[in-house]
Amino acid sequence: MATTNMFTGTTRKVTAHLTQNEDLSFEKSSPGKKGYKLAPLDVPDVDAAALLEDAMREDAPTLPELSEIEIIRHFTRLSTWNYAIDLGMYPLGSCTMKYNPRVNEFVSRLEGIAEAHPYQPESLSQGALEIVKLLQDCLIEITGMDAITLQPAAGAHGEFTGILLARNYHESKGNPRKIVIIPDSAHGTNPATAASCGYQIVNLKSNAQGGVDVAALAQIVNEDTAAMMLTNPSTIGVFENEIHKIADVLHDKGALLYMDGANMNALVGKTRPGDFGVDVMHLNLHKTFSTPHGGGGPGSGPVACKRILEPFLPSPILAKGSDGLLHWNYDRPQSVGRVRMLYGNFGMFVRALAYILANGPDGLRQTTEDAVLNANYIRKKLEDVYELPYTTSSMHEVVFSDKRQTKNGIKTGDIAKRLIDYGFHPYTTSFPLIVPGALMIEPTESESREELDLFIDAMRQIAREVDENPEIVTSAPHSTRISRLDETTAARKPVLRWKAPAANDSVEIDTAAKEW
Amino acid sequence: MRYLPKSDSERTEMLREIGAASINDLFSAIPEEYRLARDLDVPRQMGESEIVEHFKAAAAKNANGYTSFLGAGAYRHYRPVIIDSLVQRGEFLTSYTPYQAEITQGTLQAIFEFQTMICELTGMDIANASMYDGSTGAAEAVMMAVRITGRDGVLVARTVHPEYREVMHTYAQHQGHEAREIEYGQDGRIDLAALEQAVTEDIACVLVQSPNFFGIIEDIPAIAKIAHKKGALLIVSIAEAVSLGIVRPPVEADIVSMEAQSFGVALSYGGPYCGVLAAKEKYLRQMPGRLVGETKDTEGRRGFVLTLSTREQHIRREKATSNICTNQALVALMTTIFLTVYGKQGMRELAVQNLAKAKYAADTLGKQGKLRFAKTTRFNEFVLQTDEAPEQLNARLLEKKIVGGLPLKKWYPELGNATLWCATELTTKVHIDAAAAVVAGAPVAVSAR
Amino acid sequence: MVYPEKYKYTREHEWVEVAGNQGTIGITDYAQNSLGDIVFVDAPKVGAKVEKGAVFGSVESVKAVSDLYSPVSGTVTGVNEDLTSSPENVNTDAHSAWIIKVELNDPGELDSLLTAADYEKFIAEETGK
Repeated sequence: MATTNMFTGTTRKVTAHLTQNEDLSFEKSSPGKKGYKLAPLDVPDVDAAALLEDAMREDAPTLPELSEIEIIRHFTRLSTWNYAIDLGMYPLGSCTMKYNPRVNEFVSRLEGIAEAHPYQPESLSQGALEIVKLLQDCLIEITGMDAITLQPAAGAHGEFTGILLARNYHESKGNPRKIVIIPDSAHGTNPATAASCGYQIVNLKSNAQGGVDVAALAQIVNEDTAAMMLTNPSTIGVFENEIHKIADVLHDKGALLYMDGANMNALVGKTRPGDFGVDVMHLNLHKTFSTPHGGGGPGSGPVACKRILEPFLPSPILAKGSDGLLHWNYDRPQSVGRVRMLYGNFGMFVRALAYILANGPDGLRQTTEDAVLNANYIRKKLEDVYELPYTTSSMHEVVFSDKRQTKNGIKTGDIAKRLIDYGFHPYTTSFPLIVPGALMIEPTESESREELDLFIDAMRQIAREVDENPEIVTSAPHSTRISRLDETTAARKPVLRWKAPAANDSVEIDTAAKEW
Repeated sequence: MRYLPKSDSERTEMLREIGAASINDLFSAIPEEYRLARDLDVPRQMGESEIVEHFKAAAAKNANGYTSFLGAGAYRHYRPVIIDSLVQRGEFLTSYTPYQAEITQGTLQAIFEFQTMICELTGMDIANASMYDGSTGAAEAVMMAVRITGRDGVLVARTVHPEYREVMHTYAQHQGHEAREIEYGQDGRIDLAALEQAVTEDIACVLVQSPNFFGIIEDIPAIAKIAHKKGALLIVSIAEAVSLGIVRPPVEADIVSMEAQSFGVALSYGGPYCGVLAAKEKYLRQMPGRLVGETKDTEGRRGFVLTLSTREQHIRREKATSNICTNQALVALMTTIFLTVYGKQGMRELAVQNLAKAKYAADTLGKQGKLRFAKTTRFNEFVLQTDEAPEQLNARLLEKKIVGGLPLKKWYPELGNATLWCATELTTKVHIDAAAAVVAGAPVAVSAR
Repeated sequence: MVYPEKYKYTREHEWVEVAGNQGTIGITDYAQNSLGDIVFVDAPKVGAKVEKGAVFGSVESVKAVSDLYSPVSGTVTGVNEDLTSSPENVNTDAHSAWIIKVELNDPGELDSLLTAADYEKFIAEETGK
């Protein structure tokens, strides 16, 4: 720990506070405690062993036995150990950590919506189908495409679907082609997806501005190219202003332009991918359209496409029948097939639609403008202390590098950990790969000027600490329940589940743990 | 707009500090011809009460107050109220993927508990932090088996959920491991003789579902023996997770792919649900999806962290075990709370209630129609055969506000007028009796198929 | 760091020690240092064929994976089982924590590999020191 007369910065945003400790539910369990009561049977009881015979479960699985209050305290205490959007800003790049409106949660839990069985008669599901239709129509308008599927469960799943559409399209023309071109700045899901569709990947090195080198692209695109996967704005937050040339180069050789829609928060209401040459793209409802991140999902990854790809969309598609009702149409001979059972993450459709209705066209545009304003504000206020690897203008996110700090031996990961002590979640470190030591910051439109100023102040203080008190940065965070974790041992000797201590084991007090 | 925490004067001031004349200066990188000069054609901005009215109107057009006998991969079980109380806490709902372990121990510990419970229920050594759902989980399990064995033959029982099989086909078609289907026998289970014939040294895996699509429990030990004899892996897919409260876990399996929707996840017209993969320890490095591991911090305190990330897309890129990134964390949390509420004794009691209700329903309805695969062991679903066409029968049931069994002809034309029925702890005797009365009241002139 | 004279090196940071027709292969100290704490070594099985310049396995740290490129062509005759339980041996002593042993197809391939002196010069250029 640092000596007290070194600079530590002022943290106006947070104060240390007690949080409750909580063991694993298994460790608090004791036989006979109950948290449930089932209604009594109104039908004859059964002798399970007689009914199931060899299929009978001999042992009851080891699950915790706790009362209701213990369960409430257990999970409530756990929740207090998490940072969340509801607490403060997440500057994570390309994650679009915006406000998750509560009315979304309310409407998704309405009885007719939450309890709708996916196989109930269509005549009794018109409400659900109308929600699907309206969301589809809105997303088609927003993206400037012609058709859409809401089936994919998340962005990566959407990418898989999109590339599958491309592949089936090429196959219908007699040649599936072999290659997908991916910029070296791309998110890891892009190459993983292309490989899973049977394509080889050709990496395209970004140009000096961190964008697509159109001349280099023109050299490698040929009749073997199925598609290019592009994120726009790029992962360094810059709009590809030669996008029409990129689209032309690809289309000239019959290849398709796939857009990763992760960064749509910079485009909604200002421009449309369908207008600037994109053939197929996915959206992340859990990014741009406010559905909650929930600790890592669920998400939803709709895929929108141009007319030429419409016949290949996953089956079923929504259609209006001659009876005036909405129906699922399964008669789709050219469909790529299903990418999942049923219709998609319907609960997320409800939330995304509620978000669109709450905004309207003016709200959506204003949202995008505020997102870009906020990112540029941060850029302006930090560009004198952190290195900007590219001078091209940023849209909704800004990427710095740790170049000025590494001469003191401090890396982006250290700065990120120290940011925690200032009451913020870290920004995205070490991505995109084309920027060594990256600090990728996306504030979103949900941050007030006050929160932005607190963030800027924190980042400036940390830059000062790097010079005057580097030790406090490299050993951060100092204020959390636990300090940095031993990830090496976690990977070398993985322990992925709790195990009951053997009957004769005595409980060992962990003397290595610090008492307080 | 009420979600935007800025006043116009703040916007103006911020633009000034940036040195931009107007907000559109910040969008100048977009070529002029692509800048939208009009409003988006979406519905106008609504007040909150209007939004609520909009969805209430939609909800009213869906089945309300109907009794349903539908199952087929999505099950109506009671959801303890504290599930929503807890998952709607902002610290769970609005938290991000736990890449920064120091400030996400809540999410990480909950996932660690989830992984433990899945292992206990399924009899496997390791479980991941969730997949999208049971159907994609099955497809990922097949890809895992293909990677592990280096073989590309895949055998799938025809009694696996039809939509799961469609998804597996979509994934397999460009990876060179298309599945061959194995038929079912008179008893509604996979035909073991046909399976034995089909398993060769080229087969990477055999995939069965248990309880299967007809609700029937497969003979897992026998299937395992056949598969393992030739070095093929056994994948068991489970669609009705509550069955594990009373049905023996498929311990002979190499990989279990489960749909955990039954554990407290709302039906919600088909999603989001909660897939999970579990497997024997030796297959750890081929397991897709996130994994949470236990470790210590610098002070020796226990903590949890995402581990073995090198399998995943953000590091491995094109060589990743899967392209999965976002999974189903909040839904997995719902299942964790559900399993904690019911606990060791409750899961058994819940499963037995399901058995009892389904037996009564099968016996009662079976008097009016014919119970198919009558003698084979089932969990909470059964196949009913009627002379009357299912469409007509179901129309008559709807008049009594009952949603009847799912017609099976679409996937199993050889079963004719068969419907798939499900009864859970929420199904009442009154409704079962009412449904039976409707079935009994079939018009004498039998409708043609 | 002194790089053993009797080893030969690749630009992908593998070393090979040759005795007769047997080659022993590992990664250099520079490589282990760049990777950080090594958590897993993915090696081929005995009997597998390796090809000069082609990937034969990988080394994983917590946050990164590095492919292993074979300096020689041949057949795998031995795999270091210690690395399964103790991958950290590669960090502690990269030049003795061998990964595979190979029976060489063509000893002539060794001629195009770097000597210890060449390798040291190569990494000096890489790191700009």
